[in-house]
Amino acid sequence: MSESITTIKKSKYLNPYIGGVLLGLVLLAANFISGRGLGASGAIKSCIVSASTTIAPTASANLAFMKEYTSAHSGSPMKNWLVFEMLGVLVGGFLSGAIAGRLKFKVEHSPKITSKKRLILALAGGILFGYGSQLGRGCTSGSALSGMAVLSLGGFITMMAIFGTAFALAYFFRKNWI
Amino acid sequence: MGPLAPNELISENTNLFLAFIIGIGFGFVLEQSGFSSSRKLAGVFYGYDTVVLKVFFTAAITAMLGLLFFSLFGWVDLNLIYVNPTYLYSAIVGGIIMGAGFIIGGYCPGTSFCGASIGKLDAFVFIGGLFIGVMIFGAGFSIWDDLYLAKFLGSPKISESLGLSDGLFGLLLILAALAMFWVAEWAEKKFPREEY
Repeated sequence: MSESITTIKKSKYLNPYIGGVLLGLVLLAANFISGRGLGASGAIKSCIVSASTTIAPTASANLAFMKEYTSAHSGSPMKNWLVFEMLGVLVGGFLSGAIAGRLKFKVEHSPKITSKKRLILALAGGILFGYGSQLGRGCTSGSALSGMAVLSLGGFITMMAIFGTAFALAYFFRKNWI
Repeated sequence: MGPLAPNELISENTNLFLAFIIGIGFGFVLEQSGFSSSRKLAGVFYGYDTVVLKVFFTAAITAMLGLLFFSLFGWVDLNLIYVNPTYLYSAIVGGIIMGAGFIIGGYCPGTSFCGASIGKLDAFVFIGGLFIGVMIFGAGFSIWDDLYLAKFLGSPKISESLGLSDGLFGLLLILAALAMFWVAEWAEKKFPREEY
Protein backbone atom coordinates (compact mmCIF):
# COMPACT_ATOMS: atom_id res chain seq x y z
CA MET A 1 0.00 0.00 0.00
CA SER A 2 2.60 2.50 1.09
CA GLU A 3 4.67 1.47 -1.93
CA SER A 4 1.82 2.13 -4.38
CA ILE A 5 1.29 5.58 -2.87
CA THR A 6 4.98 6.38 -3.34
CA THR A 7 4.84 5.32 -6.98
CA ILE A 8 1.84 7.55 -7.59
CA LYS A 9 3.38 10.53 -5.84
CA LYS A 10 6.93 10.11 -7.04
CA SER A 11 7.09 11.15 -10.67
CA LYS A 12 9.91 9.98 -12.90
CA TYR A 13 10.12 13.50 -14.24
CA LEU A 14 11.24 16.82 -12.82
CA ASN A 15 8.69 18.88 -10.88
CA PRO A 16 6.95 20.91 -13.63
CA TYR A 17 7.22 24.24 -11.82
CA ILE A 18 10.98 23.74 -11.31
CA GLY A 19 11.24 22.63 -14.96
CA GLY A 20 9.40 25.79 -15.95
CA VAL A 21 11.74 28.04 -13.99
CA LEU A 22 14.77 26.29 -15.51
CA LEU A 23 13.32 26.59 -19.03
CA GLY A 24 12.60 30.26 -18.32
CA LEU A 25 16.24 30.77 -17.29
CA VAL A 26 17.41 29.14 -20.54
CA LEU A 27 15.11 31.48 -22.46
CA LEU A 28 16.38 34.45 -20.43
CA ALA A 29 19.95 33.43 -21.22
CA ALA A 30 19.14 33.28 -24.94
CA ASN A 31 17.72 36.81 -24.78
CA PHE A 32 20.59 38.15 -22.69
CA ILE A 33 23.32 36.54 -24.79
CA SER A 34 21.87 36.61 -28.29
CA GLY A 35 19.05 39.14 -28.05
CA ARG A 36 16.50 36.60 -29.22
CA GLY A 37 14.33 33.78 -27.91
CA LEU A 38 14.31 30.05 -28.45
CA GLY A 39 12.91 28.39 -31.57
CA ALA A 40 12.58 25.14 -33.43
CA SER A 41 10.73 25.36 -36.75
CA GLY A 42 13.14 27.99 -38.10
CA ALA A 43 15.93 25.40 -38.06
CA ILE A 44 13.90 23.18 -40.40
CA LYS A 45 13.31 26.11 -42.72
CA SER A 46 17.08 26.72 -42.82
CA CYS A 47 17.71 23.08 -43.72
CA ILE A 48 15.19 23.23 -46.55
CA VAL A 49 16.50 26.53 -47.90
CA SER A 50 20.01 25.12 -47.76
CA ALA A 51 19.07 21.88 -49.53
CA SER A 52 17.03 23.70 -52.13
CA THR A 53 19.72 26.24 -52.98
CA THR A 54 22.33 23.47 -53.20
CA ILE A 55 20.28 21.13 -55.41
CA ALA A 56 18.59 23.70 -57.65
CA PRO A 57 20.27 27.10 -57.22
CA THR A 58 18.64 28.90 -60.14
CA ALA A 59 15.14 27.61 -59.59
CA SER A 60 15.45 28.37 -55.87
CA ALA A 61 16.61 31.93 -56.44
CA ASN A 62 13.38 32.60 -58.31
CA LEU A 63 11.08 31.20 -55.63
CA ALA A 64 9.33 33.94 -53.68
CA PHE A 65 9.78 31.97 -50.44
CA MET A 66 13.56 31.87 -50.93
CA LYS A 67 13.66 35.57 -51.74
CA GLU A 68 11.77 36.20 -48.52
CA TYR A 69 14.31 34.09 -46.60
CA THR A 70 17.46 35.55 -48.14
CA SER A 71 16.19 39.10 -47.65
CA ALA A 72 15.96 38.42 -43.91
CA HIS A 73 19.09 36.28 -43.46
CA SER A 74 22.67 36.77 -44.53
CA GLY A 75 25.34 34.11 -45.04
CA SER A 76 24.87 30.37 -45.35
CA PRO A 77 21.42 29.17 -44.23
CA MET A 78 23.03 26.43 -42.13
CA LYS A 79 25.24 28.89 -40.25
CA ASN A 80 22.18 29.92 -38.35
CA TRP A 81 21.47 30.43 -34.65
CA LEU A 82 18.46 28.11 -34.64
CA VAL A 83 20.31 25.31 -36.44
CA PHE A 84 23.02 25.28 -33.76
CA GLU A 85 20.42 25.58 -31.01
CA MET A 86 18.39 22.62 -32.35
CA LEU A 87 21.54 20.46 -32.60
CA GLY A 88 21.98 21.31 -28.93
CA VAL A 89 18.40 20.23 -28.21
CA LEU A 90 19.15 16.78 -29.64
CA VAL A 91 22.27 16.50 -27.46
CA GLY A 92 20.52 17.85 -24.33
CA GLY A 93 17.50 15.59 -24.76
CA PHE A 94 19.74 12.58 -25.35
CA LEU A 95 21.83 13.33 -22.23
CA SER A 96 18.70 13.71 -20.11
CA GLY A 97 17.22 10.48 -21.49
CA ALA A 98 20.51 8.65 -20.89
CA ILE A 99 20.72 9.82 -17.28
CA ALA A 100 17.08 8.91 -16.64
CA GLY A 101 17.33 5.54 -18.44
CA ARG A 102 14.74 6.49 -21.05
CA LEU A 103 16.72 5.82 -24.25
CA LYS A 104 14.65 3.36 -26.26
CA PHE A 105 13.42 3.04 -29.83
CA LYS A 106 9.64 2.80 -29.66
CA VAL A 107 6.37 4.10 -31.03
CA GLU A 108 4.35 5.59 -28.22
CA HIS A 109 0.61 5.27 -28.65
CA SER A 110 -2.66 4.58 -26.86
CA PRO A 111 -3.55 0.86 -26.66
CA LYS A 112 -6.73 1.74 -28.56
CA ILE A 113 -4.83 2.45 -31.78
CA THR A 114 -2.12 0.59 -33.70
CA SER A 115 1.47 1.76 -34.16
CA LYS A 116 0.75 2.25 -37.83
CA LYS A 117 -2.18 4.56 -37.13
CA ARG A 118 -0.06 6.49 -34.62
CA LEU A 119 2.68 7.00 -37.21
CA ILE A 120 0.20 8.15 -39.88
CA LEU A 121 -1.27 10.64 -37.42
CA ALA A 122 2.22 11.79 -36.41
CA LEU A 123 3.03 12.43 -40.06
CA ALA A 124 -0.24 14.32 -40.64
CA GLY A 125 0.25 16.37 -37.47
CA GLY A 126 3.82 17.16 -38.46
CA ILE A 127 2.77 18.37 -41.91
CA LEU A 128 0.11 20.64 -40.39
CA PHE A 129 2.49 21.94 -37.74
CA GLY A 130 5.24 22.55 -40.28
CA TYR A 131 2.92 24.48 -42.55
CA GLY A 132 1.30 26.41 -39.68
CA SER A 133 4.66 27.35 -38.18
CA GLN A 134 5.66 29.06 -41.43
CA LEU A 135 2.37 30.90 -41.76
CA GLY A 136 2.45 31.88 -38.07
CA ARG A 137 6.13 32.91 -38.21
CA GLY A 138 7.25 30.44 -35.57
CA CYS A 139 5.98 27.54 -33.52
CA THR A 140 5.21 26.96 -29.87
CA SER A 141 8.81 27.80 -28.97
CA GLY A 142 9.66 30.65 -31.28
CA SER A 143 6.33 32.41 -31.55
CA ALA A 144 4.31 31.48 -28.48
CA LEU A 145 6.83 30.94 -25.66
CA SER A 146 9.57 33.33 -26.74
CA GLY A 147 7.01 35.87 -27.96
CA MET A 148 5.24 35.84 -24.62
CA ALA A 149 8.49 36.43 -22.71
CA VAL A 150 9.07 39.66 -24.66
CA LEU A 151 5.33 40.53 -24.40
CA SER A 152 4.82 40.30 -28.17
CA LEU A 153 1.14 40.73 -29.05
CA GLY A 154 1.52 38.24 -31.91
CA GLY A 155 3.10 35.71 -29.52
CA PHE A 156 0.08 35.82 -27.23
CA ILE A 157 -2.35 35.58 -30.16
CA THR A 158 -0.53 32.58 -31.65
CA MET A 159 -0.34 30.89 -28.23
CA MET A 160 -4.10 31.28 -27.73
CA ALA A 161 -4.83 30.04 -31.27
CA ILE A 162 -2.63 26.94 -30.83
CA PHE A 163 -3.94 25.87 -27.43
CA GLY A 164 -7.51 26.99 -28.14
CA THR A 165 -7.69 24.90 -31.32
CA ALA A 166 -6.08 21.86 -29.71
CA PHE A 167 -8.58 22.05 -26.82
CA ALA A 168 -11.50 22.49 -29.23
CA LEU A 169 -10.46 19.44 -31.28
CA ALA A 170 -9.38 17.27 -28.34
CA TYR A 171 -12.73 15.50 -28.07
CA PHE A 172 -12.56 14.22 -31.65
CA PHE A 173 -9.08 12.75 -31.24
CA ARG A 174 -9.48 11.38 -27.71
CA LYS A 175 -9.11 7.73 -28.77
CA ASN A 176 -5.59 8.41 -29.94
CA TRP A 177 -4.47 9.49 -26.49
CA ILE A 178 -6.69 8.09 -23.74
CA MET B 1 25.73 45.53 -21.37
CA GLY B 2 23.29 42.95 -22.69
CA PRO B 3 22.21 41.60 -25.04
CA LEU B 4 25.77 40.50 -25.71
CA ALA B 5 25.68 39.55 -29.41
CA PRO B 6 23.69 42.58 -30.70
CA ASN B 7 26.06 44.82 -28.69
CA GLU B 8 28.98 43.03 -30.38
CA LEU B 9 30.49 42.03 -27.04
CA ILE B 10 30.82 38.48 -28.37
CA SER B 11 31.69 37.38 -31.90
CA GLU B 12 29.31 35.76 -34.37
CA ASN B 13 31.00 32.37 -33.91
CA THR B 14 30.86 32.61 -30.11
CA ASN B 15 27.17 33.43 -30.44
CA LEU B 16 26.60 30.29 -32.53
CA PHE B 17 28.59 28.18 -30.08
CA LEU B 18 26.49 29.56 -27.21
CA ALA B 19 23.34 28.81 -29.25
CA PHE B 20 24.46 25.15 -29.18
CA ILE B 21 24.97 25.31 -25.39
CA ILE B 22 21.60 27.03 -24.90
CA GLY B 23 20.04 24.30 -27.05
CA ILE B 24 21.54 21.63 -24.78
CA GLY B 25 19.90 23.34 -21.80
CA PHE B 26 16.62 23.63 -23.73
CA GLY B 27 16.59 19.95 -24.74
CA PHE B 28 17.72 18.75 -21.31
CA VAL B 29 15.00 20.64 -19.43
CA LEU B 30 12.31 19.60 -21.93
CA GLU B 31 13.25 15.92 -21.60
CA GLN B 32 13.58 16.08 -17.80
CA SER B 33 10.08 17.61 -17.66
CA GLY B 34 8.64 14.75 -19.74
CA PHE B 35 8.19 16.64 -23.02
CA SER B 36 9.66 13.68 -24.90
CA SER B 37 6.37 11.79 -24.44
CA SER B 38 3.49 12.63 -26.76
CA ARG B 39 0.91 11.04 -24.48
CA LYS B 40 2.17 13.14 -21.58
CA LEU B 41 2.05 16.28 -23.75
CA ALA B 42 -1.48 15.53 -24.99
CA GLY B 43 -2.60 15.09 -21.37
CA VAL B 44 -3.10 18.82 -20.99
CA PHE B 45 -5.99 18.68 -23.45
CA TYR B 46 -7.77 15.97 -21.42
CA GLY B 47 -6.80 17.12 -17.94
CA TYR B 48 -4.91 13.99 -16.87
CA ASP B 49 -1.45 15.56 -17.14
CA THR B 50 -1.05 19.32 -17.27
CA VAL B 51 2.75 19.47 -17.38
CA VAL B 52 2.64 21.46 -20.63
CA LEU B 53 0.60 24.27 -19.10
CA LYS B 54 2.69 24.40 -15.91
CA VAL B 55 6.10 24.35 -17.59
CA PHE B 56 5.07 26.66 -20.43
CA PHE B 57 3.57 29.43 -18.31
CA THR B 58 6.18 29.18 -15.54
CA ALA B 59 8.90 29.50 -18.19
CA ALA B 60 7.27 32.44 -19.99
CA ILE B 61 6.78 34.29 -16.69
CA THR B 62 10.30 33.54 -15.44
CA ALA B 63 11.86 34.86 -18.65
CA MET B 64 9.51 37.86 -18.80
CA LEU B 65 10.26 38.85 -15.19
CA GLY B 66 13.97 38.25 -15.75
CA LEU B 67 14.00 40.59 -18.73
CA LEU B 68 11.99 43.26 -16.88
CA PHE B 69 14.37 43.12 -13.89
CA PHE B 70 17.49 43.02 -16.09
CA SER B 71 16.18 46.09 -17.85
CA LEU B 72 15.47 47.80 -14.53
CA PHE B 73 19.04 47.10 -13.35
CA GLY B 74 20.42 48.39 -16.66
CA TRP B 75 21.84 44.97 -17.55
CA VAL B 76 19.99 44.62 -20.82
CA ASP B 77 18.69 47.08 -23.41
CA LEU B 78 15.21 45.85 -24.27
CA ASN B 79 15.28 47.86 -27.52
CA LEU B 80 17.89 45.43 -28.85
CA ILE B 81 15.86 42.33 -27.98
CA TYR B 82 13.92 40.82 -30.86
CA VAL B 83 10.17 41.22 -30.45
CA ASN B 84 8.16 39.00 -32.79
CA PRO B 85 6.24 41.09 -35.32
CA THR B 86 2.47 40.80 -35.41
CA TYR B 87 0.73 39.94 -38.66
CA LEU B 88 -2.74 39.49 -37.26
CA TYR B 89 -4.34 37.09 -39.73
CA SER B 90 -1.41 34.75 -40.25
CA ALA B 91 -0.79 34.65 -36.48
CA ILE B 92 -4.36 33.42 -35.96
CA VAL B 93 -4.65 31.07 -38.96
CA GLY B 94 -1.14 29.71 -38.46
CA GLY B 95 -1.92 29.11 -34.78
CA ILE B 96 -5.14 27.28 -35.63
CA ILE B 97 -3.33 24.99 -38.07
CA MET B 98 -0.58 24.38 -35.51
CA GLY B 99 -3.18 23.58 -32.84
CA ALA B 100 -4.71 20.94 -35.13
CA GLY B 101 -1.23 19.57 -35.80
CA PHE B 102 -0.58 19.41 -32.05
CA ILE B 103 -3.67 17.34 -31.13
CA ILE B 104 -3.32 15.09 -34.20
CA GLY B 105 0.45 14.60 -34.07
CA GLY B 106 1.04 14.88 -30.34
CA TYR B 107 4.16 16.99 -30.60
CA CYS B 108 5.23 20.49 -31.49
CA PRO B 109 8.52 21.05 -33.36
CA GLY B 110 10.73 21.55 -30.28
CA THR B 111 9.28 18.61 -28.36
CA SER B 112 9.47 16.32 -31.41
CA PHE B 113 13.25 16.82 -31.54
CA CYS B 114 13.31 16.11 -27.81
CA GLY B 115 11.30 12.91 -28.33
CA ALA B 116 13.48 11.86 -31.25
CA SER B 117 16.62 12.37 -29.15
CA ILE B 118 15.55 9.51 -26.83
CA GLY B 119 14.38 7.26 -29.67
CA LYS B 120 10.64 7.93 -30.09
CA LEU B 121 9.89 6.74 -33.62
CA ASP B 122 6.63 8.70 -33.77
CA ALA B 123 8.71 11.82 -33.11
CA PHE B 124 10.99 11.00 -36.06
CA VAL B 125 7.93 10.64 -38.31
CA PHE B 126 6.50 13.90 -36.96
CA ILE B 127 9.79 15.65 -37.87
CA GLY B 128 9.50 14.16 -41.37
CA GLY B 129 6.03 15.72 -41.51
CA LEU B 130 7.44 19.08 -40.40
CA PHE B 131 9.87 19.04 -43.34
CA ILE B 132 7.04 18.24 -45.76
CA GLY B 133 4.83 20.98 -44.26
CA VAL B 134 7.55 23.62 -44.52
CA MET B 135 8.26 22.55 -48.11
CA ILE B 136 4.57 22.81 -49.02
CA PHE B 137 4.51 26.30 -47.55
CA GLY B 138 7.62 27.28 -49.47
CA ALA B 139 6.55 25.75 -52.78
CA GLY B 140 3.12 27.35 -52.76
CA PHE B 141 4.23 30.63 -51.18
CA SER B 142 2.70 32.75 -53.96
CA ILE B 143 -0.72 31.20 -53.21
CA TRP B 144 -0.81 32.33 -49.57
CA ASP B 145 1.59 35.26 -49.46
CA ASP B 146 -1.35 37.70 -49.27
CA LEU B 147 -2.56 36.00 -46.09
CA TYR B 148 1.04 35.77 -44.81
CA LEU B 149 1.56 39.53 -45.14
CA ALA B 150 -1.95 40.79 -44.30
CA LYS B 151 -2.77 43.04 -41.32
CA PHE B 152 0.81 43.91 -40.34
CA LEU B 153 0.71 45.74 -36.99
CA GLY B 154 4.44 46.21 -36.45
CA SER B 155 5.97 44.66 -33.32
CA PRO B 156 3.57 45.85 -30.62
CA LYS B 157 3.77 44.70 -27.03
CA ILE B 158 0.57 43.27 -25.63
CA SER B 159 0.91 45.62 -22.64
CA GLU B 160 0.90 48.64 -25.00
CA SER B 161 -2.06 47.28 -26.94
CA LEU B 162 -4.01 46.92 -23.70
CA GLY B 163 -2.87 50.34 -22.42
CA LEU B 164 -1.07 48.83 -19.41
CA SER B 165 2.48 49.18 -18.13
CA ASP B 166 4.74 46.15 -18.65
CA GLY B 167 4.87 45.62 -14.89
CA LEU B 168 1.11 45.67 -14.39
CA PHE B 169 0.55 43.34 -17.33
CA GLY B 170 3.20 41.02 -15.89
CA LEU B 171 1.41 40.98 -12.54
CA LEU B 172 -1.92 40.17 -14.22
CA LEU B 173 -0.27 37.39 -16.22
CA ILE B 174 1.14 35.88 -13.02
CA LEU B 175 -2.29 35.99 -11.36
CA ALA B 176 -3.88 34.39 -14.45
CA ALA B 177 -1.19 31.68 -14.43
CA LEU B 178 -1.78 30.95 -10.74
CA ALA B 179 -5.50 30.55 -11.44
CA MET B 180 -4.72 28.17 -14.33
CA PHE B 181 -2.29 26.17 -12.15
CA TRP B 182 -5.04 25.79 -9.56
CA VAL B 183 -7.44 24.47 -12.21
CA ALA B 184 -4.66 22.22 -13.56
CA GLU B 185 -3.98 20.66 -10.14
CA TRP B 186 -7.72 20.11 -9.72
CA ALA B 187 -8.00 18.49 -13.17
CA GLU B 188 -5.13 16.09 -12.51
CA LYS B 189 -6.95 14.85 -9.38
CA LYS B 190 -10.28 14.67 -11.22
CA PHE B 191 -8.99 12.77 -14.28
CA PRO B 192 -6.09 10.70 -12.91
CA ARG B 193 -4.17 8.35 -15.20
CA GLU B 194 -0.86 6.54 -15.01
CA GLU B 195 2.09 8.69 -15.93
CA TYR B 196 3.49 8.19 -19.42
